[in-house]
Amino acid sequence: MAIIKPNVVERLAALELRIILACMAPFFRVAARRSESMRKMLAQMDFTIEIRLVDKSIARWFAFQGGVIRTGSDMAEKPDATLLIDSARDAVKLFVPWRSYMDMIHLMKNFRTDFEGDDRYVTHFMDIAGEAQFAFSKFGISRKDGCTRYVNNTNGGAVNVDVKDGKIVRISNLELTDEDAPAWTIEARGKKFTPPRRTSVASFTQALKSTIYSKDRLLYPMKRVDFDPNGERNPQYRGVSGYERISWDEALDLVAGEIKRVKREHGPGAILNSTGSHHTWGNLGYYLSARNRFFNIIGTTYAAHNPDSWEGWYWGAMHHWGNSVRLGMPDGYGTVEDCLKHCEMIVFWSSDPEATHGVYSAQEGTIRRQWAKELGIKFVHIDPFYNHTAQFMGGKWLAPRPDTGNALALAIAYVWMTEGTYDKWFVANRTTGFEEWQDYVLGKEDGVPKTPEWQEGESAIPARDVRSLAREWAKRKTYLAPGGRAGFGGACRNATGIEWARSMVYLAAMQGIGKPGVNIGNLEIGSPLDTRFYFPGYAEGGLSGDLHGTGEAQHLYQRMPHVVTMNTVQQTVPRLRIPEAIMNGEAAGHVMDGRTIEAQFKEAHFPAPGYSKIKMYYKYGGSHLSTMVDSNRFARMYQHEGLEFVVNQSIWFEGEAKFADVILPACTNFERWDIGETCSASGYSTHSFLSNNYRVITLQHKCIEPLGESKSDFEIFKQLASRLGMGAYFSEGTTELGWCKRLFDSTDLKQHISWKQILKKGYFVVPAPPVEKRDPVSWRWFYDGRPKDLPEVAPLPSDYAGKWREGLQTQSGKIEFVSSSLVRFAPDDPERPTMSRYIPSWEGHRSEAYKRFPLQLISPHARHTFHTMTDGKDSYVNDIADHRVLIDGWYYWIVRIHPEDAAKRDIRNNDLVEMHNDRGSVILAAQVTERIAQGTVHSYESSANYSPIGEPGRSPDRGGCVNVLTPSRSIIKRSHSMAANSCLVEIRRWQEEIKA
Amino acid sequence: MKKWNLIVDVANCSNCNNCAMAVKDEYEGNVFPGYSLPQPRHGHHWVNILSRERGSGSLMDAAYLPTTCNQCDDAPCVAAATNGALYKRPDGIVMIDPARSKGQKQLVDACPYGHIWWNEELSVPQKYSFDAHLLDKGWKEPRISQVCASGCLSVVKCEDEEMLAKAKAEQLEGLRPELGTKPRVWYKNLYRFTKEHIASSVATVIGGLEEACVEAEVKLVRQGSVVAEQATNCFGDFKFDGLEPDSGEYAVRIKWRTIEKEFPLVLQKSVNLGVLRFES
Repeated sequence: MAIIKPNVVERLAALELRIILACMAPFFRVAARRSESMRKMLAQMDFTIEIRLVDKSIARWFAFQGGVIRTGSDMAEKPDATLLIDSARDAVKLFVPWRSYMDMIHLMKNFRTDFEGDDRYVTHFMDIAGEAQFAFSKFGISRKDGCTRYVNNTNGGAVNVDVKDGKIVRISNLELTDEDAPAWTIEARGKKFTPPRRTSVASFTQALKSTIYSKDRLLYPMKRVDFDPNGERNPQYRGVSGYERISWDEALDLVAGEIKRVKREHGPGAILNSTGSHHTWGNLGYYLSARNRFFNIIGTTYAAHNPDSWEGWYWGAMHHWGNSVRLGMPDGYGTVEDCLKHCEMIVFWSSDPEATHGVYSAQEGTIRRQWAKELGIKFVHIDPFYNHTAQFMGGKWLAPRPDTGNALALAIAYVWMTEGTYDKWFVANRTTGFEEWQDYVLGKEDGVPKTPEWQEGESAIPARDVRSLAREWAKRKTYLAPGGRAGFGGACRNATGIEWARSMVYLAAMQGIGKPGVNIGNLEIGSPLDTRFYFPGYAEGGLSGDLHGTGEAQHLYQRMPHVVTMNTVQQTVPRLRIPEAIMNGEAAGHVMDGRTIEAQFKEAHFPAPGYSKIKMYYKYGGSHLSTMVDSNRFARMYQHEGLEFVVNQSIWFEGEAKFADVILPACTNFERWDIGETCSASGYSTHSFLSNNYRVITLQHKCIEPLGESKSDFEIFKQLASRLGMGAYFSEGTTELGWCKRLFDSTDLKQHISWKQILKKGYFVVPAPPVEKRDPVSWRWFYDGRPKDLPEVAPLPSDYAGKWREGLQTQSGKIEFVSSSLVRFAPDDPERPTMSRYIPSWEGHRSEAYKRFPLQLISPHARHTFHTMTDGKDSYVNDIADHRVLIDGWYYWIVRIHPEDAAKRDIRNNDLVEMHNDRGSVILAAQVTERIAQGTVHSYESSANYSPIGEPGRSPDRGGCVNVLTPSRSIIKRSHSMAANSCLVEIRRWQEEIKA
Repeated sequence: MKKWNLIVDVANCSNCNNCAMAVKDEYEGNVFPGYSLPQPRHGHHWVNILSRERGSGSLMDAAYLPTTCNQCDDAPCVAAATNGALYKRPDGIVMIDPARSKGQKQLVDACPYGHIWWNEELSVPQKYSFDAHLLDKGWKEPRISQVCASGCLSVVKCEDEEMLAKAKAEQLEGLRPELGTKPRVWYKNLYRFTKEHIASSVATVIGGLEEACVEAEVKLVRQGSVVAEQATNCFGDFKFDGLEPDSGEYAVRIKWRTIEKEFPLVLQKSVNLGVLRFES
């Protein structure tokens, strides 16, 4: 074999490079003829860029002027920017369209490619090159009615988007065809069950057209009228004053200028960033992707999240059964089949999947629960509210007082202990510490037997019903569904949620979790889908490059070569304490980190040693007002004089956006490119797509142009980064569609569908595995005493005390009634003893405040809006009778009250009422209903409107933010948590006039 | 000629509102020439979901009734229209001609079901047209059933005889048959919304503790004869459903072990009799 001499290789590469460079301008021109967006890009900036080898042996310049490209094969006289490459061989690797991104980032990291001059021109040139690459791509399907059908994805299911003349005509759920992979079938008790050939949507997804075309859309950048960055900043008028339109250049210069100024004046850590969760869908433009990439590279104090939807599981249950990687929540492999085959009763405990949609899985679980009904499986619903699942499924409804569920749990255990009807073999062989807990339950330890009669005094559920429930549960193979998808929401979010969640673990253990028909779940998760097919979920961080703050290290960082980003600011603010951090300059909270059980024992303090206090707040995404407890604190915080600058990047003018100095208008994911799978989280919620009937992966088309002057979050961040000299670092020279391709290439998709095909069609259905390759059932391995056989690397290998995969993450490897991690950490903590005990709520019916505020408010996740994302905004959902009520021209949020509680207060249906306590007051429409237990009132959290009728933070709100009433206190001190469902209030008729 | 029918299973409606939202999505902001003008963003409920609670406490239930244009075969609205503003298509769908109906506000009152809505801005009466514009372009069903994930709404396109046979076999009924409008919207399990129940829990005391009476025999007696019977469940509960509202005197006769008791009542609306206690 002849050896080619290095100089020959270099000479060939030089030739190749010259040809590539010579072809570029003609290629751009052809692309511009084809693509309007390409023409726009060419016309956007006038500049000259030079591309050359470092040794100047090869060079070419490109001049862009008024959309016209000129070029020459030598060095430019006065280039605005120069792109430098080490050698011709490197340059060829960089410029061929089929480039290896592994090669590309290798060249970047080793400075074998670099640039001089203004980053903006380099970034823009790379965008032009990227755009040209896709100028010839076809996407979307033409329809008979003249529409083009595109595909997108949402928090509530994948959708078709029919577009005509650049406008969305309709959004509808997917109908699968024979081209798509077939459905699975489960055979159970002589019947065959197969899901329908379509995907489902949630109501809020079906209403999205109205939120895209909403009068509350932010269509251009704005500045508060009395904010002058060079003069009076007037922070006291945040939330009060109006706004004026400014140009993008002004807005970006101002924000980039403030980023530089606060860092220079105050030092690192002065910029705080916080985000709401899940306000869009897609792996790339997501709040865990483009946002992290940007804030990591500018250096940011992040708001550290609390486990907001699963508090009790994280701070409680985890100490008894591990599952830290899932933040204490249960997994759910194979449970649909097991449940349909063997289960005889499902206990829904604070569980309303018909309303909470398995978080992101629309109504996929509905049909599966109907099968359960068809099979004659019995249902019990424990919830102070006669919830939508109870209405839909039927069965026994038991309504405990909020905060008292643990009394009910202890009494059930009491019946099983005294009647000997628990799985004694399992308790003896698979658990530890039972005797100690049994002594407590039976009253041997404290003299108080936790009898059904005892619990009746707490929960108000008749002792008779508790005995009946306990006996039926022991007699029948029962699935326990604590929380919405099992493990989310409801009772885990109250002052006794930690005790409740760990008792749920105990009850599951006492009935031998893992044997056929006995498990955790409500058919909301556990479909027999393929878990071996790799496609990342949102928590893998997309293009963030953030190995610390996302689950990228799990797979995506290896699969999709991209540059790592690392935030140098070692300071966080606990999200629930943002107001205190800004107003008092101090805050603390325990850490949410699922790598191991013990991570939560660490407390993070703000400010961290040597870091600046918060001087600039960059708020992004959904609003904290209305989703975070004691919301008025956030309104008051904005007016604090120490907060020098506030920028809010938002899609809609609502909630916190109205408190900013500068507003940057972002577009929805219907107006930009992305790629993502329905209901796929990865990371802390691995394989969450098992809530679906099909794995649906979507290439999320840019269906329409961004409305007004709004831009994608990626584009906004890129342009800001560019002003800080880091645009090229931020984008890696890749456009948003280019990133879709890079992500596509990183997955198993390409073995099944070509890029061209998915770009056109927009989705791919992952084939379900054959019956013999279905995943085993969760907990069966544990019950059987075999090594763990589920497809998740959890717990992490070092967290096993014995051999890998043997036993649980707990120190004993068993389910621990007495937690060894709590014994090690804080054995004498009265707020969180080492085993579950009944601790009366600190804001419940035995509290001092109950005398003045005798109604207990529960505020679950809303049914018709995902967080604040679909409510308000002139959305269609406002017309849903059970969502808002139109009274005197205003759409009021609803509070549900029992007829007797209403009568006592002279309140009739649809009366305006004021719900209030010492923290605030909200004006609401009363819905008088038998569906809520007496003494409890029900109103969803997540109103998008925060509309104080007077001074923000200090006057009644008529937007419907019931979180202005909820306590900001953590469930226990050694946590960072919220007890939104523990809230004492009083209600009175509202009779004052409200000025518009 | 095959014609469209809509079947609504009241037992399968969870008030998810997908159908109502799909109709807004389809018509708000869209003109379908010859078919319809845009629906106003708010205020119209071309699919209107009514709700009802029955009974109380632990034995209550709730049901929803999705209502929409009944596509009546003897449609009072068609009769009330002048200028051919409303017409019946051969496939059973009742259409409002957006041009000819302009200004005809009287049509709103012509529908006894309240399913013609007045568009103030465009000065036209409007209603749900079964997505005729989509069916004519090859859609296999209208959006309201396409988006229904709970098996509540389904459509059938068949000969009228076939539909009548199906209605009989599956006990489907139209709303307000006394009007004689011959609706093409058929309801299943309508009793969940229109009829009443009598429910209660039966209990006794054993060893000083209150216990449910499981498998007690319960008979519903009317005018001296037993009209229904059932056994209490594991919670001691029973519920007789499908009773006419305001249907007067009943007695609940319960046999627990050797003891038999009778509890008389006058039924107006659904009722939970509370805990009925037996000596042990």
